[in-house]
Amino acid sequence: MSVSERQRAAYVAAQAADVRVHFEIEAEGMTLNIGPQHPATHGTLRVIVRLDGEQVVWADPVAGYMHRGYEKLCEVRDYAQVTTLINRIDWLGSFCNEVPFILAAEELMGIEAPPRAQYIRTVLFEMGRVANLTLFLGDMAAQVGALTPVFYAFRDREYVLNLIEAATGGRFHPNFDRIGGLKDDLPKGWIDEAHLVMRKIRRFCDEIDELLIGNRIFEERCRGIGVIPADVALEYGLSGANLRASGIDYDIRRDEASPLAWKDAEFKVWTHPDGDSFARYWVRQQEVREATRIVEQLLDGLPSGPIRAKTPARIRVPKGETWVHTENPLGEMGYYVVSDGSPGGPFRCKIRTPSFSNVSIVPWVLQGVYVPDVITILASLYFILGDIDR
Amino acid sequence: MSRLAPEPEPGEPEAGSVATESEPPAETPAPSPRHAEIVATLAEALGDGFIEHHYSAREAWVRVTPGSWRETGRVCKERLGLTYLCFVSAIDWKQAPDLGAEKLWDPEAEPTEDRGDGPGRWVTGLAGGETRFQVFARVADVIGHVGLFLKTDAGDEDPRAESWVPLFRGADWHERETWEMYGVEFDGHPGLRHLYLPGEFEGFPLRKDFPLLAREVKPWPGLVNVEGLPGEDEPTESGDVGEE
Repeated sequence: MSVSERQRAAYVAAQAADVRVHFEIEAEGMTLNIGPQHPATHGTLRVIVRLDGEQVVWADPVAGYMHRGYEKLCEVRDYAQVTTLINRIDWLGSFCNEVPFILAAEELMGIEAPPRAQYIRTVLFEMGRVANLTLFLGDMAAQVGALTPVFYAFRDREYVLNLIEAATGGRFHPNFDRIGGLKDDLPKGWIDEAHLVMRKIRRFCDEIDELLIGNRIFEERCRGIGVIPADVALEYGLSGANLRASGIDYDIRRDEASPLAWKDAEFKVWTHPDGDSFARYWVRQQEVREATRIVEQLLDGLPSGPIRAKTPARIRVPKGETWVHTENPLGEMGYYVVSDGSPGGPFRCKIRTPSFSNVSIVPWVLQGVYVPDVITILASLYFILGDIDR
Repeated sequence: MSRLAPEPEPGEPEAGSVATESEPPAETPAPSPRHAEIVATLAEALGDGFIEHHYSAREAWVRVTPGSWRETGRVCKERLGLTYLCFVSAIDWKQAPDLGAEKLWDPEAEPTEDRGDGPGRWVTGLAGGETRFQVFARVADVIGHVGLFLKTDAGDEDPRAESWVPLFRGADWHERETWEMYGVEFDGHPGLRHLYLPGEFEGFPLRKDFPLLAREVKPWPGLVNVEGLPGEDEPTESGDVGEE
């Protein structure tokens, strides 16, 4: 199989577009620059689209406006310092970024955190998911033109962020996970408050349901738009809700053994057969509901005991190589950590981020769509710039 | 397990430890029958192209010759059902100037210690390796919940590998990133352009001999915290890590 002609044409055209003009009208079409500063890109992603009338001929996302070189920086810091960096990858669900890295370090060192720490890790992980995806539910509606859900989303996300702040001290960048456990135990009264907030979040989901699902404008803007078939999704390495919305039943929380406590919670992994923008939206909404259920179950069964295992005062990770991945709010996030046994940081830390793969499908999925749909498709793919650029 | 002894056994066949030099890798059992089947099929399909494999408790690694890199991807995708492309990346096994403590960059620095008895002077990780650069990738079968790491040697000076774009369209961005960061040329890639860095950027930042300028200009303030404890050679053991 050779590279498709379409892709080849996209490359040639993208190179031509690199002359950095903002708006260019030519005889046979128009090149339109979306971003880098555009509300639909949640940051600084620039998408160059070539239009023929209202239709997109090709699209080329330009990443890198926020490239911070974390893989290089990981090599010059030690393991405890790396968590500060990787907090900033997916900044809406920061705690979820720390967990797989710490698990990888623990696996190399042969340490296992006590059960209570694993439970609290999982609880905070799922809260990160709730905080992240709640914002998506509002934002997606905003891209379609409905402004009310955004305010609801920001209002209710605040409750979750307050909880995360109360437990970790940081609203967005908790930096709370340690090799061998957690920094602190939960504060007093936190668990009751968490139950309350999880009920609020479910009510928020119901509100959004009433506002959007069945709303004619929303349905017509999303149903059948930006369809990604399952085989293409796999080829591009889509993960998370984007993959499940294409009908593939894959969730690392359920499918793979992990020291975290997901195995002790009952939850359903939702899929949707359609693969369109609506399916991606719908799957994420169910995920928020399931995440609140996981939090409640785990808090009910929270074991007592120590919060941190015994670790050496100076972390020295023995020589080795490992891979740990988890199901983050945006999809599969993994760390391939190679340690050379030196007292410093990892020898190599490959960070596999979900948004990177999720956005790499944009040139494919935007082919032939109409300009207004570009925005809804980008919103429904749901990426975070720090997660693409690292 | 919560009160494990602090110092890990280096010879433990845990996922981390590199056991390839001293003992044959086949001694660790395959994590699942499916892994064993995949490795056997690859060995049969690639013949001489298949070099080595390694199992950990959860994962499997396979190293193939550079000439059969794309064929490996094809077998994985079309025969073994590993249709999900997780990532493609590379690694530079050159020993960097010591980045652990006093980090002064010397691009000319040769490895200070002999780091192995392999054929080259590069010490490489699981499933071995002979050259400075290695390209590695992960493919998975998301329905059968099985993943596989693939590695190939890419060369010492001008790394090259076969492109996977004809097989996995998603390999496009991963290979562009790898090319940009390591300078690995992917034969058959439709257009290796910069992905993150500006078009006029020179050099390959993730190579070990590429200096981190920020660190050259200003010493890392975090050094204060990682300064050695008194009498350190081995990691000191203490009850907890309270000081933060």
